[in-house]
Amino acid sequence: MKTVIFVILTAAITNNYVLVKFLGICPFLGVSKKLDQATGMSIAVIFVEVMAAAVTWPIYHKLLDGGVNFTYMETTVFILVIAALVQLVEIILKRFLPALHKALGVYLPLITTNCGVLGVTMNNISDGFNFRDSVLTALGCGLGFFLAMVIFSGVRSRVEEARPPKAFEGLPITLVSASIVSLSFFGFAGVLTRIFG
Amino acid sequence: MMSILVPIAAVTIIGLICAVGLSVASALLAVKEDERFPAIRECLPGANCGACGYSGCDGYAKALLKPGTKTNLCVPGADTVAAKLSALLGVAAEDVVEKVAVVRCSGNCERTQPKDEYHGIRSCAAAKLLFSGSGSCAYGCLGLGDCAKACPQGAVYMEKGIAAVDSAACIGCGLCAKACPQGVIALIPDTAKTEVLCSSRDAGAQTHRVCSIGCIACRKCEKSCEAGAITVSGNLASIDRAKCTGCGKCAEVCTTGVIARADFSGAHRFEKQA
Repeated sequence: MKTVIFVILTAAITNNYVLVKFLGICPFLGVSKKLDQATGMSIAVIFVEVMAAAVTWPIYHKLLDGGVNFTYMETTVFILVIAALVQLVEIILKRFLPALHKALGVYLPLITTNCGVLGVTMNNISDGFNFRDSVLTALGCGLGFFLAMVIFSGVRSRVEEARPPKAFEGLPITLVSASIVSLSFFGFAGVLTRIFG
Repeated sequence: MMSILVPIAAVTIIGLICAVGLSVASALLAVKEDERFPAIRECLPGANCGACGYSGCDGYAKALLKPGTKTNLCVPGADTVAAKLSALLGVAAEDVVEKVAVVRCSGNCERTQPKDEYHGIRSCAAAKLLFSGSGSCAYGCLGLGDCAKACPQGAVYMEKGIAAVDSAACIGCGLCAKACPQGVIALIPDTAKTEVLCSSRDAGAQTHRVCSIGCIACRKCEKSCEAGAITVSGNLASIDRAKCTGCGKCAEVCTTGVIARADFSGAHRFEKQA
């Protein structure tokens, strides 16, 4: 139980994919303007990351790394499989859970080959995680993305109301505030290992 | 040799499995959509204002597929959209009651004064949180333009510190009325000729102290109206549209001049004439 919490929290906070590892920046900057959109996007990311991690782990260890070794095809195969998986899930959701499909709607196809999603699955392999830890890390990363999006959409709405100087309006002030939020997450480095280790 | 062939074969097979899986799934699990839906949705203006009473244009289009839903509910689309929808669904066209927005406040900077200075976020919603806004009348327009930002037509503008509607450009979607935290914007039928441009429910003496034009509930209009269309209740005059003949007597006798006699024809009426 302790390791489960440790793995999730590490992935969500100290190794936050957006704010510490700088992956998945485009949805982070693009869809964080409004809280409801940010939430929809994050839930889709959590969903896809967990599914992708659960599928790619066996593919790597049973197929790419078994018999004839062709692990160098990892990136291509992962992109292929994740893209197909997301499409399949979308079709299934549309048929059986129309409400969820409407909520995730436009965000699902957007993140099929998002660098955050691909990054989680590839890091899981290179860090040598077992199946359980891979899925938990993916869950933690998704939650971390959610956390970053919610915090940042709050920051952004305040920044916009504060009327920044003309030259900073729009993307410049967004990037400046993103870097400050990111700095605050670097402060967590080492905290978790002290608590759990 | 094997180290080249196996990866090629394996990746091809994975690709094929994905492709076959997806096409089978999309064929088996396809959701049947009513073929009339895209055509109906295409007719609607896409403002997603919710004036029809449904969740937006998609919601109204879905509701229209069921028999019995009225085709004249789209206010921004007006008669043109109603006629198209009726033709598509094969039902008799009904007239749409076109509406326009009016600002029920006349307390501009010449007629009323602020009770304090507000330096916060330039938004009515934010100003309202601070002691019901900075106006000395608690019911009046706050003048920070949330309505003007909400208007898809650019028909709402700010003048002398309060909002005003250019009714000739107004399509009656009601987005400004929803954005207004004070509720001073109302939708009225665009055939209206008179309107009480005040929302104050304070007693007459208090209203008169803070605003030189506010409705003081003197009941002169009520007595002068031959059709019995105008009544004063809760310290504010209001007009019953069903009874009003548009004679304009109320505007003539009004002590403060807050009842306006004007042409409220909206954008749709001008379209029709053109």
